[in-house]
Amino acid sequence: MKRGVFRRRKHEMPGLNTAALPDLIFTVLFFFMIVTHMREADLQVRYEVPKGTEVQKLTHKSSVSYIYVGRVHGQPTDSFYIQLNNKLATMADIKAFVEAERAKMNSEDQPRMTVSIKADRDVPFGMIAEIKQALQQSFALKVNYSAVQKIKEEYR
Amino acid sequence: MPGLDTTSTADISFMLLIFFLVTSSMDTDWGLSRQLPPPENQAQEEELVIKQRNALCLKLNAENQLTCNDEPMAVTDLSQRVEDFVANSANDPTLPEKSEREVHLMGRCQVSDRHVIIVEVSPKATYDAYFQMQNAVVAGYNHLRDDLAKEKFHHPYAKCNAEERDAIAMVYPQRISEQALEEEGGEE
Repeated sequence: MKRGVFRRRKHEMPGLNTAALPDLIFTVLFFFMIVTHMREADLQVRYEVPKGTEVQKLTHKSSVSYIYVGRVHGQPTDSFYIQLNNKLATMADIKAFVEAERAKMNSEDQPRMTVSIKADRDVPFGMIAEIKQALQQSFALKVNYSAVQKIKEEYR
Repeated sequence: MPGLDTTSTADISFMLLIFFLVTSSMDTDWGLSRQLPPPENQAQEEELVIKQRNALCLKLNAENQLTCNDEPMAVTDLSQRVEDFVANSANDPTLPEKSEREVHLMGRCQVSDRHVIIVEVSPKATYDAYFQMQNAVVAGYNHLRDDLAKEKFHHPYAKCNAEERDAIAMVYPQRISEQALEEEGGEE
């Protein structure tokens, strides 16, 4: 029978061709390289930023410095800490931090230096006010209150 | 000549991929941008008397309650209030004065350059309450500017070029003044 002929023929399973695999992975790699950006700091404080309708995307990443304000794990929930770069800091450190950040920037970025305040929603305003004052005194006058976008509902 | 063995290229690129996945974050930064006034000495000089009609006094107390000219107000109504206050479209004598100016691209028009929004926030109020208030004020301004852009340039404010934005900002400048912060409970 003809079917028998087919069955008897020895088939060797060819290995899966993985030649295109590296290309595939590279494509994924490039995708991630484009859509993500490097983490600025290891976060030691936990915060949940407020929600707003009028928020704008922060452009010129190279001219942005970050101040984080939030709770520290293991500490009481009503005490808030400031984090600059990778470590916890105090109000008094802000001035030096701004100076250092400014020195790091190139001359093109310096005039548009922006400080992004990433603060928890429950932080008392007094603390934010103090940070603002410190920034004002070190002439970092562009601030950005970090927030997440909320869908706008017409208020009319 | 045997072909180059590229079996491990996949592994190498996998490793690169994993490295980037770990060290990068995907969140884009959004936020509300504000410009702070320069420090003290200049601010002292500008301490002039503001007419009652030109001022909108927003206060946020320690319990996160908002008052507007000493009347309690919900933060959701604030945008509309700011809008009416800044625009003063009916030239109401209880709302801010306007002056006539020559504005680039628009010719002579009424400019609301006298109004001041005075913001006083208790240090005990939460950041969220403060943020929502700021957001509402900016929403009011943005809505006004958007309407003006549509009327004059036939496209929304977001699509205006720098020149058009400047013209609009001249008609509706953002004049927000935050009071000295230690007024309540501070040492001063």
